[in-house]
Amino acid sequence: MVHGEIWTIKELFTYPNEYIYWSVQIVMYPFMTGLVAGAFVLSSLYHVFGIKELKDIARFALVFSFALLFAAPMPIVLHLQWPFRGINVMMTPHFTSAIAAFGIVFFTYGAIVASELWFLYRKHFVVKALALREMQDKTMPQWAEYLLYCTLTLGSYDVSEESIHRDEKAIKVLAGVGIPVACFLHGYAGFIFGSVKANALWMTPLMPVIFIMSAVVSGIALCMLTYILVMEYRKYMIKRARKPWQMSLEEVKGAELHVVKMTSKYLVLFLVLAITLELLDLIFRGYTAVKSWDVLRSVIYDRDFYDIFIMQYGIGNLIPLLLFLLPGLTIRRTVLGVLLVLFGVFMMRWNVVIGGQAFSLTFAGFMHYHLPIVPHDWETFKEGLGGALSIFVMPFVLFYFISKVFPVFGEAKQGH
Amino acid sequence: MISRRKFLKYSLIGAAGMAVPAGMTIVQGGTPEEARNKGLRWVFLVDTHKCVGCGLCVKACKQENEIPYDANVSRTWVERYVLTKDGEIHADSPKAARDGFISPDIDEGHGHKKVIKPEDISKAFFVPKLCNQCENPPCVQVCPVGATYQAKDGVVLVDRTWCIGCGYCIMACPYGVRFFHPVYHTAEKCNFCYHRISAGMKPACVEACPFGARRIGNILDPNDPVTQVIENDRVAVLKEEYGTKPQVYYIGLSKEVK
Repeated sequence: MVHGEIWTIKELFTYPNEYIYWSVQIVMYPFMTGLVAGAFVLSSLYHVFGIKELKDIARFALVFSFALLFAAPMPIVLHLQWPFRGINVMMTPHFTSAIAAFGIVFFTYGAIVASELWFLYRKHFVVKALALREMQDKTMPQWAEYLLYCTLTLGSYDVSEESIHRDEKAIKVLAGVGIPVACFLHGYAGFIFGSVKANALWMTPLMPVIFIMSAVVSGIALCMLTYILVMEYRKYMIKRARKPWQMSLEEVKGAELHVVKMTSKYLVLFLVLAITLELLDLIFRGYTAVKSWDVLRSVIYDRDFYDIFIMQYGIGNLIPLLLFLLPGLTIRRTVLGVLLVLFGVFMMRWNVVIGGQAFSLTFAGFMHYHLPIVPHDWETFKEGLGGALSIFVMPFVLFYFISKVFPVFGEAKQGH
Repeated sequence: MISRRKFLKYSLIGAAGMAVPAGMTIVQGGTPEEARNKGLRWVFLVDTHKCVGCGLCVKACKQENEIPYDANVSRTWVERYVLTKDGEIHADSPKAARDGFISPDIDEGHGHKKVIKPEDISKAFFVPKLCNQCENPPCVQVCPVGATYQAKDGVVLVDRTWCIGCGYCIMACPYGVRFFHPVYHTAEKCNFCYHRISAGMKPACVEACPFGARRIGNILDPNDPVTQVIENDRVAVLKEEYGTKPQVYYIGLSKEVK
């Protein structure tokens, strides 16, 4: 069977070679890079603009962004017909292609996040390394830990007030430089689609901007969700009287709600911006009504109506907007809100990627995508529900391990 | 400390070393423009009046280029357009017209057939399609690794050993000529049977067409019969609005053609 044939149903007049070639992994790709960029922007709001209310979530967002960073290129790898040739992009980058810059942008961004993390956690590494050095009769895992922290200090053991102050400065600069790079990382994911002139739905200069806005929305939402989950876990631990942390139950509760309320304001701001731009795009297409509008209209208002207006704008945008704007925000309402926001952003990616292939290049036929749910071979797994879920779970698993080295709460109090 | 003499010596060696690859490029005469100067740019000419939709071109292409016979992809195909008196346009290309158009019913995909009464038809015709070997090929522009490239004589080729299979070129082509090869899993497309035309033969589809609806020529040769038709007759190209500068010319192209 030809690649794409198994999940594509063709209707009316389509060219013989047309199939849904870009499937669920290409939906996951902008979704994941969006989360990376969004999480980073959230952390920078504190480090660069000094928004104190976001202090607690900023450190967390940065570490989570680092975990997401490793997961971001994975959808592409699962999508490629020749995954092991993916490295060719680094060896012979063809710079007229939007994808060719991926390696460079990605690694630049990765370097910025990694260095910012290093400055943020340098003191923690030094304290850890020195404590382990003092320790007598180290066991094998402790030796390994000692070596790890020694390596992570990069030989810089100066933790005087002056040098910590310099670290803070460096963090500020890196966070500042990171914002445009994060926006570029994701904006250019939008450019990959927006520059395809053959695709009537994708081709708009607004695409990169829309992608950045929804990226920030999704990044903030995911950070809030994970933050709440971690805080709930802490509350649970305190209730069980194991007291691994110093704060009382009320203090944790108060801090949690305060952070959530502040962050939700920024979420709403970017959500409104994203919706405005998307609606502008839609109105503009209808108003100018160029050649492709007939087929686009039947996709947007008829075939994909449910996915676009009910799932994306209704459940994913309008309901969470109301949830956040109604007075007396609670943690439960926030959890529901951010889950819906994440779903809404995913549906937006879906409607762009899959919706863009829902109509034929003939403008006289349609293609339906059927996501493979039960895999019966490797291809239907990696480009099906299983593959998409694996990608989604990946950053959480990575975060679990990364946060062992970069503690996000509690013992990292000595940081900034 | 490096002495001035040594510095000059090494600089000269370095410069000479760099000049070698630069010189090689000049000797090989790399750019497409230089090839054009030598006078070769392949173009294709389709006379839609002559096409009867027999599909022999598609059959020949599949066999010549080793595209699995039953796979639902093809480097070339033939479209049938049936316009009814109520102004409706019906079009199809069942199995890329590999077996010709054996049923008068229009294939609407997913097993549906549209029955059209002969008395309702206002006009009907066939249009063969193949890669346009664009002068400004969007597929080459978007390939992230440079695995697809334009040869000096204008034909766009794919390097199967370097293609990563991302599908960006497939998305970028407004004509839908690209697909993943079912065996090699790399981007695949019509290349005017490059192995044949480079050896002085004609493409398989041109050879197979019993009616002379398909012809290939060199636009830079003023005496080429194909060039003379393009220069002296009224011809059209497909989807000019994309700015791709397609190089497959059509005689008798109708506005309904997608």
